[in-house]
Amino acid sequence: MLLFIFKRLLFAIPTMIAVSIVAFIIIQLPPGDYLSTLMADLASSGGSLEEGTIAAMRERFGLDQPIYVQYWKWVSSIVFRGDFGISFELNRPVTDVIWGRLGFSFLLAALTLCFVWALAIPIGIISAVRQYSITDYGVTFLAFFMLAVPDFLLALVSMYILSTYFGQSVGGLFSPEFVNAAWSLPRVWDFLSHVWLPVCVIGIGSLAALVRIMRANLLDEIHRPYVTTARAKGMSELELLLRYPVRMALNPLISTLGWILPAVVSGEIIVSVVMSLPTTGPLLLRALLSQDMYLAGSLILLISVLTIIGTLISDILLAIADPRIRLQ
Amino acid sequence: MTSATPATPVLSVKNLQVQFPTRMGLVKAVDDVSFDLYRGKTLCVVGESGSGKSVSARAVLQIVDRPGKIVGGSMVLTRPDGTSVDLAKLDPRGGEIRSIRGREIAMIFQEPMSSLSPIHRVGEQIGESLRIHFRMPKAERRARVIELLTQVEIPNPEQAIDRYTFEFSGGMRQRVMIAMALACNPSMLIADEPTTALDVTTQAEILTLIKRLQAEYGMAVLFITHDMGVVAEIADEVLVMYRGKVMERGAVEQIFHEPQSDYTRMLIGSVLKLESKAEARVAREPASLAPDLLLDVRNMSLTFPGGMKAVDDVSLTVSPGETLGIVGESGSGKTTMGRCLLRVYDPQQGTANFRRADGSVTDLCSARGEELKAARREIRMIFQDPVGSLNPRKTVADIIAEPLRLAKLARGKELDDRVAGLMEQVGLEPSWRERYPHAFSGGQRQRIGIARAISVRPRLIIADEATSALDVSLRSQMLDLMMKLQDEMGLSFIFISHDMSVIRYMCDRVAVMYRGKIVEAGDTEAVTGSPQHAYTQALLSAIPHPDPRDRRLADRFRYQEIQK
Repeated sequence: MLLFIFKRLLFAIPTMIAVSIVAFIIIQLPPGDYLSTLMADLASSGGSLEEGTIAAMRERFGLDQPIYVQYWKWVSSIVFRGDFGISFELNRPVTDVIWGRLGFSFLLAALTLCFVWALAIPIGIISAVRQYSITDYGVTFLAFFMLAVPDFLLALVSMYILSTYFGQSVGGLFSPEFVNAAWSLPRVWDFLSHVWLPVCVIGIGSLAALVRIMRANLLDEIHRPYVTTARAKGMSELELLLRYPVRMALNPLISTLGWILPAVVSGEIIVSVVMSLPTTGPLLLRALLSQDMYLAGSLILLISVLTIIGTLISDILLAIADPRIRLQ
Repeated sequence: MTSATPATPVLSVKNLQVQFPTRMGLVKAVDDVSFDLYRGKTLCVVGESGSGKSVSARAVLQIVDRPGKIVGGSMVLTRPDGTSVDLAKLDPRGGEIRSIRGREIAMIFQEPMSSLSPIHRVGEQIGESLRIHFRMPKAERRARVIELLTQVEIPNPEQAIDRYTFEFSGGMRQRVMIAMALACNPSMLIADEPTTALDVTTQAEILTLIKRLQAEYGMAVLFITHDMGVVAEIADEVLVMYRGKVMERGAVEQIFHEPQSDYTRMLIGSVLKLESKAEARVAREPASLAPDLLLDVRNMSLTFPGGMKAVDDVSLTVSPGETLGIVGESGSGKTTMGRCLLRVYDPQQGTANFRRADGSVTDLCSARGEELKAARREIRMIFQDPVGSLNPRKTVADIIAEPLRLAKLARGKELDDRVAGLMEQVGLEPSWRERYPHAFSGGQRQRIGIARAISVRPRLIIADEATSALDVSLRSQMLDLMMKLQDEMGLSFIFISHDMSVIRYMCDRVAVMYRGKIVEAGDTEAVTGSPQHAYTQALLSAIPHPDPRDRRLADRFRYQEIQK
């Protein structure tokens, strides 16, 4: 088992290298760089910069060097010094800018995953066991509906309804008075009363997908011969269901963790912009728009690493859950 | 047993009726079936697929798959203390039937792999009924499971208890299943085709084990099988079923030697027919008259990447018009060998010289490109699974025409005529050409497979377990058809099978494979009549003999290879 984890960790390394290269290339794809964007902005507001200043800045940021040199500088300082570079626009180290927001992003993703799994499994089970019943049809209809609704629309509509008809404070993760306060019980409570809405909005698409997967998995398993064997032993139907087919149907579900995580993270970007959440999403959008290269690159890299870690965790969980993967 | 039959049966089934409401109407899967089961005795329910034998067995425990329902009859279980209960009246999800399942009546199933959970340890699965029925504490349960594993002769039970099913061989899995059934000392055991998925030698061991345990525990055994040989070996009483109805019921002696019903006679007849060489082949002159060999395989070897020698230094020859049988158990490499000849796998060593129709010789082991393609056109394959080997989305005409179309041998009207001709040749109505495979029965589907194989006028056909999935009454028909085509078209066959009887029926010569090697080869009569190699002797003596007066399994010859 330890060997298995070690091997998987080893495989993750080339993936991360590839991801960092791709992330860097993506942020270089749009024509121009931060300085040309800056100049365009200045020009549109009537100002301008001298040629000399621009050349000096270009040299200072290292933007005049070939792309692979820029890449190596960026990556080597991340690996050796934990330094993600400087945000041009904010003129602060990327690490400072990201850190506080990354925590919220991670928390939001974790809460969303818990919410999705906690609901998807029981709903999927009910939908499969009562196949072709009213419940099943209802769940199926809702699932497809939720899959089809874009999450930003859901965010807007739910915010509108909550603030107009229930008078709740929506948007952000805190009420105004708690935004900059220190952590305390009331602040946690305030956080919880805000966070449930983004969690639901971000998670609902994945929830619908997982319900369908769980239902399909379970329907596959429920007619397997080993179920008949267990029934012939005299086991009660509920124990039988949970102990055998549900247990088996969970295995493919665990492997979905790998793609549910990125879906949640990327869904979060748009929703966070709409709901103005203090997460990495709005930051990334702004960084991309202004070609703030190191900030955008670091965010993309961190989000990708999160995905790799998610896949790793799902592999390890799967090996724990299924002896066939561990032993064969 | 002192008296011939004890007074009260353990289970008395009367007028049992099980129905499946389907879209096509009501299917009477079990129609008015009655039987009695006595302590220490074995009742065999025998019939072909669709006879309702398996459904009857499941009805006893009320575990018939949906939408099947017991609609009539009674099934009275009498306990040793004299109390009795009618199982047909119990709620299938209720507590009462559950307390009987696994506790008083236990069941074992056909596929020991899929009938056991792959992700639970075997000890846990065996101990489960002890937990359910006796609430036995964990430590005690473990001791009892180890005791059970010892009883079913699983080596190293202390370690085996913590293993998973996929770490066992097929025979060992079935032993685990039996241990599971015995856990609560049931008074009755239902065995639903427990040896069908096993090799003959393993089957013989499992049958002996069940017999021994039955004597020890004094169980009544309800044994479901399609194999008349197995029936003759183990049954005290026999119930013959056909399409949900009982055709005949009686002592095993009477069923085999004075059958009353025509169906029973037909069933036994088709088994006995396979006990000897086909009439069409008895008078036939030896095929080896032709001087040039069609296929000459020398020292062919294939080692899989894992290091397993699947084919180990195999040499064999096939003359034009000859049928060579390859017999062996699962894992012997016989299928891999056949696939090497078609170059599905690339053998690493050896040659396989195939004489083409134009007289040129192609080495199948090294040929490439066009040469290999051309040679393959003369070699065709018939597969075991008539369902899986036909594309369900194509019509029968498309399936049969495909090789012709690929080889660009015919098109348009000519193609249609050829397909119609082929269908007639294999005994299918040409007007069914536009139907899809699902509309045909198993035997008919195998005929479609044969028509497809002969469509390009091949000279060698490799038939891999071509009759194994068929009922016994269809088996000899299919073999007769292949021999008819052989005579008409001058075909040669390599007939791969685990079933010695079909080999004996149809093959001129036979090669016995064991662990990738050919251990014995020769004329079929010589090999089956006086086998020289110890493995062949073991294989032959493990075959159940369809005559209850001549039970051989108990004193069969066992082959233990000395491990190097």
